[in-house]
Amino acid sequence: MRDIVIRAENISKQYRIVERGHNALRDVITHSVKSLFTASRSRTRSPNTIWALKDVSFDVEHGELIGLIGRNGSGKSTLLKILSRISSPTSGTAAVRGRLGSLLEVGTGFHGELTGRENIYLNGAILGMRKTQIDRRFEEIIAFAEVDPFLDTPVKHYSSGMYVRLAFAVAAHMEPDILLVDEVLAVGDSEFQQKCLKKMRQVAYDGRTVVFVSHNLSTIQALTNRTLLLDHGQLVASGPTTEVIQQYLRKPADASATVYEVEDAPRETANLSRAVSIVRLALDRPVSRVPQDDTLAILATVRGTMAVKPFALATVIYGPAGLPVGTLVGPETHSIERGEVATFKIVLPQLRLSPGSYHCALVVIQGNSGGAQHDLDLVPDVLHFEVTPPREAASVRTWRRAWGPIRFAEPTVERLD
Amino acid sequence: MKQATSISSDPLTGSAATDSPLTLIRARHRWFEVNLAELWEYRELLYFFVWRDLKVRYKQTVIGVAWAIIQPLFTMIVFSIFFGRLAGLPSNGVPYPIFYYTALLPWTYFANALTHASNAIVSHQQVITKVYFARILLPISAVLSGLVDFAVASVILFGMMLLYGIPPTWKALWLLPLLLLTILTAIGVSLWLSALNALYRDVRYAVPFLVQFWMFASPVAYPASLVPDRWQWLYGLNPMAGVIEGFRWALTGAAQAPGPLLAASSAAVLVVLAAGLFYFQRMERTVADVV
Repeated sequence: MRDIVIRAENISKQYRIVERGHNALRDVITHSVKSLFTASRSRTRSPNTIWALKDVSFDVEHGELIGLIGRNGSGKSTLLKILSRISSPTSGTAAVRGRLGSLLEVGTGFHGELTGRENIYLNGAILGMRKTQIDRRFEEIIAFAEVDPFLDTPVKHYSSGMYVRLAFAVAAHMEPDILLVDEVLAVGDSEFQQKCLKKMRQVAYDGRTVVFVSHNLSTIQALTNRTLLLDHGQLVASGPTTEVIQQYLRKPADASATVYEVEDAPRETANLSRAVSIVRLALDRPVSRVPQDDTLAILATVRGTMAVKPFALATVIYGPAGLPVGTLVGPETHSIERGEVATFKIVLPQLRLSPGSYHCALVVIQGNSGGAQHDLDLVPDVLHFEVTPPREAASVRTWRRAWGPIRFAEPTVERLD
Repeated sequence: MKQATSISSDPLTGSAATDSPLTLIRARHRWFEVNLAELWEYRELLYFFVWRDLKVRYKQTVIGVAWAIIQPLFTMIVFSIFFGRLAGLPSNGVPYPIFYYTALLPWTYFANALTHASNAIVSHQQVITKVYFARILLPISAVLSGLVDFAVASVILFGMMLLYGIPPTWKALWLLPLLLLTILTAIGVSLWLSALNALYRDVRYAVPFLVQFWMFASPVAYPASLVPDRWQWLYGLNPMAGVIEGFRWALTGAAQAPGPLLAASSAAVLVVLAAGLFYFQRMERTVADVV
């Protein structure tokens, strides 16, 4: 049996929903003065709290590549933050053997005024590397990042691709005994993503332990052997990745729900302006089953937090393994006023998906018609639906037609001679 | 799922990795836990933070290092004219420019250090919520990075002293412990201010006010000898009073050796520093959840 390098026992974390935190000293003072007169009630009375994690216990063995999955707000990031000592648990303990490095974001502490070379040293030091170690790996880092000619240029002049490549390259060379990674592989172009995945595998191959959070189930599938599944702060499954992913996909947020209230749901993507904010998403039916030959419609309710014109709605459909199957981008012709709430109906005629579980991500985009496209709001992992065989009895013919995630239209076949 | 057993002194069974460091993560830390070993562990990061502050500061300014001189020099001129010539405050026989500059040298450093360091946690909230390191490095590095300005401004002082025919004596060596006292005071107060500022954002508006107040409670614009003898011990509870009188004494030799004042100041610094460390480590545990 291999050594255990992380042992978490009954880790719980409670957050106040209304964080009094950094409001104002004034409030705290008036509050304490008031509480002098209202006796001890005020301390015990109010706080609306939620348990971001509740009694989570698990072990991680040396050299394991372990996945951590769950819906938004299931406590994945909170767990990583506790293990990396960024925040403390409310109760419970964890023991970690070895130097632990956490990669919750790429480019933490990068400073735009500093050059690439300077940022490598600064970022490396923040991630816990020694200067000698950075010196030793310096050539590898710049080779990995492919930014050699711009090494002495301030990073504020870098393209966003160069920036994340450099940031990831530093992080990938930090050589901790245990590495915690939170959804950071989704950076750069697909070629660079492949390179990052390869690097992650290499890290594990070198005998390090990696705990890996991702929404991309195919990445989890490809990288990890064992996976933990969190749901509402509780550990609900732990086992071989394939089995845990199966269990996760069979269990949508609420088995039959077709309406998703997402306005206050945390967004996973950084830097969304939410100038157009997605409020509610719904399927056009009370049950989440869609016959294969049916037309599916999505009702998207959005709120303008400022006047925006024009914007478009895009839908990404993910298949049974969490792989994106396809993307539908609507016309960029909509406009909204500040404070206005509008509902759009997105019709997907002829679904052409084979039977199985699917879910969507909804994106409000701008600039698709030209110039730089950017996302105003993005809600992943919603609108779960099950495509069922066609309403007429499944004949052999339709069954065979449904192989593969997409059902193509009838091809034309003609003989050439 | 494995059933976790209770944590003993060596919670992770196994032998191969026993030379690796073991980190325990608990809900409540001990009541008072200042981890100086950890500070040593992170000395390189401290260096990089100071280095970054300096690099960024001089990259973004047009006249760069001249700022280090402009502030004390112009304040000295204003003080010499208004407090010296016009108000006629005593300077114990020292020319007004020297009298004021010797006080403004440590004071400017101290005031800038407080202003800069009180924002240290808030301005790093991006980093704090994403990676762990000893958070105490942030205010400390902010205090230390001002030392370059201090050194530059000192050069001007020695130039002025030669100009006025007051060459430094061996007593100038006392500047080193006095500077150390200044640094410790700045760190002690910054620990409080940076932690409070992270929790309550109105602290940032209070800092300039505090600094201004503190200047008048220190012998910057007037000699400490104006304070009646029987109140000197109380006056010394302001660590900067001892420091500034010490600077004047060490450089110009005109004032009385500020022994009792400095003794009170040193004691006060230790209290401020210990309390600052205590408060800061309490804040440190929750700061990532609230900033």
